[in-house]
Amino acid sequence: MGTGTPGATPSGTVPAELAAACADVRAAGHADQIAGVPARYVAAPGSTDEASALLRAAAGLGLTLVPRGSGRRQHWGNPPTSCDLIVDTGRLDKVVEHAAGDLIVTAQAGVPLPDLSQVLAAARQHLAIGPRTMVEGGTVGGLVATNAADSWRYRYGAPRDLLIGITVVRADGVIARSGGKVVKNVAGYDLGKLFAGSYGTLGLITEATFRLHPLPGAALGLGVQQKDAESAAAMVQTIQYSPVAPSSIDLRWPSPAAPIWLLVGLEGDRESVLTRAARLRALVGPALLPGAQPDGANVHEPESAAPAHRTEDQLRADLQSRALDEGTLVRVAFWVGRLAQVLTAIQGAAATNGIDVAIEGSAGAGVLEARAPASSAPMAVAAFVTDLRAALSGLGAGSVVPGVASAVVVYAPDEVRNVTDMWGPVPSRDLMRAVKDQFDPEHRMAPGRFAGGI
Amino acid sequence: MDGNDVIGNDGLSTVGRSAPASVIRDAAGVDAAFTAMMTEICSPDSVITDPQELRTYECDGLTAHRSTPGLVVLPQTAEQVAAIVRACAARRIPFVARGSGTGLSGGALPRTDGVLIVMSKMRSIIAIDPASRRAIVEPGVTNLSVSKAAEQHGLFYAPDPSSQVVCSVGGNVAENSGGAHCLKHGFTVHHVTGLQVVTPDGELTWLGDGTGAAPGYDLVGAFTGSEGTLGIVTKIIVKLTPIPEAVTTLLAAFTTMGAGGAAVSAIIGSGILPGAIEMMDALAIEAAEAAVNCRYPEGAGAVLIVELDGPTGDVEAQTAAVREICTAEGAYEIRAAQDAAERAAIWTGRKSAFAAVGRISPAYIVQDGVVPRTALESVLDRISALSAETGIRVANVFHAGDGNLHPLVLFDDRRPGEQERAEQLSGTILDLCIEHGGSITGEHGVGVDKSRYMPKMFSAADLDTMQLLRCAFDPHGICNPGKVFPTPRLCGEVPGVRRAPHPLVASGLIDQF
Repeated sequence: MGTGTPGATPSGTVPAELAAACADVRAAGHADQIAGVPARYVAAPGSTDEASALLRAAAGLGLTLVPRGSGRRQHWGNPPTSCDLIVDTGRLDKVVEHAAGDLIVTAQAGVPLPDLSQVLAAARQHLAIGPRTMVEGGTVGGLVATNAADSWRYRYGAPRDLLIGITVVRADGVIARSGGKVVKNVAGYDLGKLFAGSYGTLGLITEATFRLHPLPGAALGLGVQQKDAESAAAMVQTIQYSPVAPSSIDLRWPSPAAPIWLLVGLEGDRESVLTRAARLRALVGPALLPGAQPDGANVHEPESAAPAHRTEDQLRADLQSRALDEGTLVRVAFWVGRLAQVLTAIQGAAATNGIDVAIEGSAGAGVLEARAPASSAPMAVAAFVTDLRAALSGLGAGSVVPGVASAVVVYAPDEVRNVTDMWGPVPSRDLMRAVKDQFDPEHRMAPGRFAGGI
Repeated sequence: MDGNDVIGNDGLSTVGRSAPASVIRDAAGVDAAFTAMMTEICSPDSVITDPQELRTYECDGLTAHRSTPGLVVLPQTAEQVAAIVRACAARRIPFVARGSGTGLSGGALPRTDGVLIVMSKMRSIIAIDPASRRAIVEPGVTNLSVSKAAEQHGLFYAPDPSSQVVCSVGGNVAENSGGAHCLKHGFTVHHVTGLQVVTPDGELTWLGDGTGAAPGYDLVGAFTGSEGTLGIVTKIIVKLTPIPEAVTTLLAAFTTMGAGGAAVSAIIGSGILPGAIEMMDALAIEAAEAAVNCRYPEGAGAVLIVELDGPTGDVEAQTAAVREICTAEGAYEIRAAQDAAERAAIWTGRKSAFAAVGRISPAYIVQDGVVPRTALESVLDRISALSAETGIRVANVFHAGDGNLHPLVLFDDRRPGEQERAEQLSGTILDLCIEHGGSITGEHGVGVDKSRYMPKMFSAADLDTMQLLRCAFDPHGICNPGKVFPTPRLCGEVPGVRRAPHPLVASGLIDQF
């Protein structure tokens, strides 16, 4: 497939079939590579119909292809095994419909997330994916394809939970829609669920419709310092069962020697946020350190709940001062009741292999990210991942459920990736392969990028 | 998933449609030998063959569609379900899973040439993990019993379809059930994090791991709401939610539907997200009064039920705000329930509404369309105009917060032609929903009842693409066939796609250019 296909032309010459199908096609330049895999052509369709014609032409030529948005998350997952054509969504940049009264938005895949946030904020609404993800850049298509989320996962879930409709172009060029633009809708299969987090392996996402939420009047972050994994886990239990209805329960543990911080996010109107903050303080006691500022944390004075807008501005400022996606990031998903064991497993595997990891994520939702610095020895990082997976698989022993935790390497330097199984064991892999075979029988869509060798 | 689907393909809607399939089938459907096999897998008293008894399973909650199953089996374990399905798969016998039979779209309508697998004996709550806020349950467990079992831990199971006392969690997964409170708390798909399923070829496997963030495709999300067409669930991991500290239920009476609708828009527009916003029109209120004597305010053209939940302070503030909005929009009476008994009194009328219209009409059709909330007013106006034009009465009961209409189309089936006219009106209401960018079903499912409307909402390519998922799970089309999709094509009939060399090419008998 892919390389050396009958449709191949000398490098630098765009096949006539592609040029006829799409107004914006060119030969790939040096920057046009996906996770280090150079492409031959780049095409930027300006509409779903144009994308359809392009993918049909690519199918005729037997080209492998990888969708690309802003490139924000392009280094996530495995590199594709082949990439003849990059389908750039840059010209699919329209917010198609923002029905504020219905709390929904339809946007094309190439719309940058910060731009989308701006449009929605004008109506005092937001796509509740998580403050960091929305301001870090990336596009609507990339957001859905990676199902990325952060703090607000605790309350709102991931993109798959807010996605209510999707338009895709299949590998054979056929345009398909599922869902719609109403939140409550059970007509037909929900293909959006399948495409959320599919890393471009099932088709090209060209348009997505999301459920929106009103932007809260005020937001407040409260920090709780904990001395070890057990006390942090106990505190998460206290907070999740408390009546203060937090939007997020994040955890930050910058290094084994440092204290663990729990950051509780409250949202609502100002009055409510302040009342709930006082109640939380009464519940948590002296452990709650109002206004404390752990490294990079988004913590505000409880006496002055900040307008939600200001919180985002601060996040943006924070982000400018720090490099994105350095080193190796391992996402650990687990049953929340196992938090203490999971923290111990992560630090144990890191210590065994002599690396330092920083842990951060939504303790409340059971999704943490362990980051090994870029300076770590690649073999040590690879061994860390293996050891961590072994420790996590032990946590499920005795349960009727096959496992209660998983570890996925989201991104890693080449030297680590070359020696690491990025996705690890995957439940029901045969069914996933059957799904892939149906949607993309020739395996031309982002081949090899995904879990289970898909 | 055996890769032989090019040769051994059955029709999706009619078994035995393609000739080669009947050649490879090893026996003719549900016969004595097959029944004996079922008895061996389950105990004899778990296999029903008596024609009288079989007839009790001829329909689900949608009684308009009836079909007596060829055989009924009531397995007690996941392994038994797998063995039953394997036996069906070997003979290409279609099978249909059934939970409590409360579905409203005929999704569990049996096949006369097939097996009905009734899950009601699998009703144990296997485990509750309060620290992880998860429960593992069997599919026959009733929806409400999950909340009851979780209550001692301060937790509840959020999806609450109105049939929650009897409906099963397995059925909820099949239908992606909602309920009055899904406006705030979401649907079944937002509360299921792992499924043990028997695939249509009889393999027992897990989708997801209960975390809600398992690596790979989100097959849990894709399976939920697939109306029993992708396999049978045998264990379900659900998310549990902390019981809110405070709940207040308000009942507001308006003289017109327009005023009630305006209040709904104003509440949502103010940034408040209530647990539920329900609305009933005068005819629905009249029916509820006749049936359960719910004593709603006299002379109401519309009543609104608004339920707010959350931390005490927030609920108090929002209650005051909602009162103010309703008054401003013309509410002439507002009642507030503070305790469970008062709350139940307010909900009695709403919850009885479907059954209650039986008091004011010999027969009726329950519809389940969805429109964008902002289109509610114009759609309701159109419905009332249509009702006036046709002389067919329509009672409106709906989840106003999310635009989910449940028009009850009333008719007298003793009058010639009236049922046809009622069905026509009911269909026109769905057309209206589609016209306004809505959906033909918000929570009842497509089943057999609405499959003919699917082409109005989706293109042939959309439906074909959904079939790709179906073919990945059920290449032989034996798992609840004939539901959801109007004219499913055979798996393997993928236009323009080369799947494998033609058998004759592979064998060297012919060449292909």
